[in-house]
Amino acid sequence: MQALYAQLLVGLINGSFYALLSLGLAVIFGMLNIINFAHGALYMMGAFVAYFLLNLGGINYWWALLLAPIIVGIFGMILERTMLQWLTGLDHLYGLLLTFGIALIVQGVFQNYFGSSGLPYAIPDQLRGGMNLGFMFLPVYRGWVVVFSLAVCLATWFLIEKTQLGAYLRAATENPTLVRAFGINVPRMITLTYGLGVGLAALAGVLSAPINQVRPLMGADLIIVVFAVVVIGGMGSIMGSIITGFALGVIEGLTKYFYPEASNTVVFVLMVLVLLVKPTGLTGRAA
Amino acid sequence: MRRIISTMLLGTAIALAGASVAMAQDKTIKIGVLTDNSGLYADLGGPGSTLAAQMAIEDAGLTAKGWKIDLISADHQNKPDIGTAIARQWIDVEKVDVFMDVLNSGVALAVNNVVKEKNSILIDTGAATSDLTNAQCSPNTIHWVYDTYMLANSTGQALVKAGGDTWYFLTADYAFGHALERDTTAVVLKSGGKVIGTVKHPLNTADFSSFLLQAQASKAKIVGMANAGGDTTNTIKQAAEFGIVSGGQKLAGLLLFITDVHALGLKVAQGLNFTETFYWDLNDGTRAFSKRFSERMKNKAMPSMVQAGVYSGLLHYFKALEAMGGNPHDGAKVVAKMKEMPTDDQLFGKGTIRADGRKLHPAYLFEVKKPEESKGPWDYYKLIGTTAADQAFRPLSESVCPLVKK
Repeated sequence: MQALYAQLLVGLINGSFYALLSLGLAVIFGMLNIINFAHGALYMMGAFVAYFLLNLGGINYWWALLLAPIIVGIFGMILERTMLQWLTGLDHLYGLLLTFGIALIVQGVFQNYFGSSGLPYAIPDQLRGGMNLGFMFLPVYRGWVVVFSLAVCLATWFLIEKTQLGAYLRAATENPTLVRAFGINVPRMITLTYGLGVGLAALAGVLSAPINQVRPLMGADLIIVVFAVVVIGGMGSIMGSIITGFALGVIEGLTKYFYPEASNTVVFVLMVLVLLVKPTGLTGRAA
Repeated sequence: MRRIISTMLLGTAIALAGASVAMAQDKTIKIGVLTDNSGLYADLGGPGSTLAAQMAIEDAGLTAKGWKIDLISADHQNKPDIGTAIARQWIDVEKVDVFMDVLNSGVALAVNNVVKEKNSILIDTGAATSDLTNAQCSPNTIHWVYDTYMLANSTGQALVKAGGDTWYFLTADYAFGHALERDTTAVVLKSGGKVIGTVKHPLNTADFSSFLLQAQASKAKIVGMANAGGDTTNTIKQAAEFGIVSGGQKLAGLLLFITDVHALGLKVAQGLNFTETFYWDLNDGTRAFSKRFSERMKNKAMPSMVQAGVYSGLLHYFKALEAMGGNPHDGAKVVAKMKEMPTDDQLFGKGTIRADGRKLHPAYLFEVKKPEESKGPWDYYKLIGTTAADQAFRPLSESVCPLVKK
């Protein structure tokens, strides 16, 4: 039983990465209608930016949490301005192919220069060590990841669902022409939204840098699972992707305990089941 | 009439002789480096293996003697089906003579079958499974650098002797992990230890915390990592986080490469024991080669033992072909010649190749230096033990390879 509690907690930790990443994807899909396959590569860039900030600029983890999402977000906005914006109104497939291509190029460039084994990034001193919870030894850093990402997820949800700005955004997806008639610069808003989604990915990258190696393929390994999370949660649903992210982390954690061999397939099995029963995803509305 | 017939016969004989001479003097070689060029093992093999092959071609000096040597490379993506498809195409269409590297045991066992069926050559420097020279041994295959039996024998035995008599395994769930766990278990049991549990994780796992918690709960003295590459580095890094080592358990890296230690950094990797058959800083010969290698690598990396093996294996292959006076394009024949000749190069020293295809050389037990002991980048290992070539690998008396006459 004790072991089970520990697995649940570990599942929540992984779930926070799934939630942060799928949230970014959901925001981008909801507002831009683009299936952003470059998300994994941008997550990886977040981790690399944190590494460079520390090793070249001597800028510590805490500043990296702020700066890396901004830097990668700007990179994302440049992508949106120069490439993605031309895809408005086209079939989803074009966005998917373009972003997938971008992901391959970015990963290829990083792998070319840094190899595949990755670079070390240490846990910040303030978050070292761990606590004994009785049923498990919880590293402080892991606890921090859960709390921080939960806070970021809820803040994003609040921003989009409960504020004036979020209302403009949601309106712009429904009817961009009408919103423009009110004097709102819709293309700029879309660019900023893409930047926000990308920033969330980069933030997840910074959070994961001290846990995993900073590797060019870290995103490629994760992104497929995250897409499954988004599909299960319902494409474009903000709360759906947050809840599904955490829930799937837990389910995956339990699988690692009861039948570890299936731990990297369980998410996809669930995806198939959900698609069979409710093709719009758990919280998705019919298109 | 009789003169005409005898003249014709003579003519045929000369023509046949001429043909056989021409065949023996065929001085073309095509080398295929089949490896992981983009995945979790790309740093320990990958482009570095192709560079090592290129350096072997340059250093052998055969091109100056009129040989024509081609080198191609491909990415098997750690998938046996892709590996065999490339292998068939290379043999049938590209006319590749010899396969180098072929890391990943799953891919290697599959390619081993194709190579045997098509009478080509596999000099495997990357895969670990000891089955390549045991149950699955082949007259077309030489296993050059290391294998699971050797790793288990050296690291496993040393750790049990040092008091680590209860083990828990974290095993990569494919041919390699299974073989390494099996061979290490045998050594642990033989040395009087006990295996109290094992968990099999999928290849290329990012998060090991679940598995580490299970290992921690088992209270085993040794957590044996029967995995490699990115899986091992992630395990070690996260084990530090979960306080495995500070809690009194010891991590055993059953297969670790210098590129892994570099990726981890000494702060995390210090104190780990593991076995390799090559390290760049062993002697003048290894240092000279490694310096030249590193200068040509994009990220200035030192060679791993897999990459060093590609260089060493190819040099021996070239020597055999030179002794034969040409390339017969007959895999089994060339391998037989390679087994006849003693091996000798700067990187692995003097050695031999056994009837079962096992290349013999010493195995070195290393310990990773503390950060303050290291004099600079890539100065990572302390040599703490050497197993002689004839002791390091599976003895022929235990072999089930049909090529071994008993």
